Amino acid sequence: MSDEPLVLGIETSCDETGVGIVRGQTLLVDTVASSVDEHARFGGVVPEVASRAHLEAMIPTIERACRDAGVQLRDLDAISVTSGPGLAGALLVGVASAKALALALGKPLYGVNHLASHVAVDIVEHGPLPEPTMAMLVSGGHSSLLLVPDVTNDVRSLGSTMDDAAGEAFDKVARVLGLPFPGGPHVDRAARDGNRIAIDFPRGLTTGRDMERHRFDFSFSGLKTAVARWVETRHRAGESVPVADVAASFQEAVVDVLTRKALLACKEHDVDHLLIGGGVAANSRLRALAEERCAKAGVTLRVPRPGLCTDNGAMVAALGAQMVSKGREPSDLGLPTDSSMPVTLVQA
Amino acid sequence: MLLLAIDTSTTAITVGLHDGTSVVAEETTLDARAHAEHLAPGISAALRAAGAAPGDVTDVVVGIGPGPFTGLRVGIVTGRTFAFALGLPVRGLTSLDALAHEAWTDGHRGDLLVATDARRKEVYAAAYALGDDGAARASAPAVARAADLPPELRALPCAGRGPSLYPEALPHAAGPLDVSGGALADLAVRRLPRDTGDTPATGLQWVDPGHGFDGLEPLYLRRPDAAPAPPSKKSTLG
Repeated sequence: MSDEPLVLGIETSCDETGVGIVRGQTLLVDTVASSVDEHARFGGVVPEVASRAHLEAMIPTIERACRDAGVQLRDLDAISVTSGPGLAGALLVGVASAKALALALGKPLYGVNHLASHVAVDIVEHGPLPEPTMAMLVSGGHSSLLLVPDVTNDVRSLGSTMDDAAGEAFDKVARVLGLPFPGGPHVDRAARDGNRIAIDFPRGLTTGRDMERHRFDFSFSGLKTAVARWVETRHRAGESVPVADVAASFQEAVVDVLTRKALLACKEHDVDHLLIGGGVAANSRLRALAEERCAKAGVTLRVPRPGLCTDNGAMVAALGAQMVSKGREPSDLGLPTDSSMPVTLVQA
Repeated sequence: MLLLAIDTSTTAITVGLHDGTSVVAEETTLDARAHAEHLAPGISAALRAAGAAPGDVTDVVVGIGPGPFTGLRVGIVTGRTFAFALGLPVRGLTSLDALAHEAWTDGHRGDLLVATDARRKEVYAAAYALGDDGAARASAPAVARAADLPPELRALPCAGRGPSLYPEALPHAAGPLDVSGGALADLAVRRLPRDTGDTPATGLQWVDPGHGFDGLEPLYLRRPDAAPAPPSKKSTLG
């Protein structure tokens, strides 16, 4: 038997019920049940709909993960679970389930941060994280730039979004363009046939004073409004909207700011590894531009495969396994959920 | 046998352990806002008090509500997962039944209304007839404003927090305020002989309802609050 810890991770912070099993730095299984289709007709994630779906999916997802990995629950060394940040009611389902597993099996429980898990997942994809690593997390709920000296207990926030998350901007712009929810993949696809310099959309927080006061922060609300105004103006003039060009130009504005700030952070903090995670990391233009700019700056880029960028249980298991390996104390069975858990708090 | 009963449908986060003869441990915390924090430690404390280990449990029963959704789910997912982890049968009971049963074991006879807090100025309610054999449910659980319940129901003695929340509509407070894990466990043990399901659930497959139990799906009684998105228009940006 391997000495490496066998850890099952549970993720229910938004609309994916994720269960992953990791042995040390090796991913054994990543099982996800998504309720995204149930949310589509509402144009966004409805918390109560997500929570109900988590309850229904929880046991079947755990069962399937164990079966696919050939793992017996009693062989686990620990359980880890996202305790925040996220939707309060959704988090509770996963945390209560994780506690019941830990209690019934007599295994240690680790309540961990969703964002730190998005960083840790790349360990099972591309090996140990250089310390420090620069991490940019971009999803429908978060846009953060993190300096990570040690993913198990030292995560520092350099900046985050002041308003909308990057993925949220994609969803809202998709709606303006008549594209379905979730917007990310649809905008990405539409943009492939568009001209990304057709329209010069604003780059939030990138000029003079903003770069002093919000050097590594983001803002996508103004961009979203600019796109809406631009489209409205065309509508009012009775002209058709060039969806591909709007999508490409909007997307370019987002990924330009993200990559520019991420590389500036690498330079100023003398870090030569950049990790991009979160659902928006699946965006093809973000990957391409990050690769181009990282190569130019001599920075090594790490991006997990798309399935591990979106929310999943493997990332929680990956961080849990790091916790066990580094000898961190487990969480208490009284572990609370924290819907606004600060990114700097790795473990609850 | 050692039956573990869990309910989180009321203000009480409550756990009971029953050995087939009597309730051997009960742990209850009153906290309407922190079900997940208290439940697992409560199970742990009840097991300790009974001198038992998790592996000694033979059956799991959960209250399936109706109750405020977020807290209710904590109990149901905990019961399902605990049972799944140990390969135990898991069954569900309507939480209101446990309140009526406790009133019955306390000696109450005759008709009884059970009305618990559904928030949003409403109650979850069901009527019961308490005879010598136990409490029989006389109306399906419903969610309504207390004042909108039929007058003949409102005139009954009423268990649950309904009367303290809406004393004008429900003037005759009687019986327990919240579900007790011990009462739920006792009710479950009394119904077990009627459970003729051949293959008990092991966390994956629920015990067939209709054998004295109610299945393992939560009784929400309300749809999620959400309206379909308006068609894409220029004014949809917030």
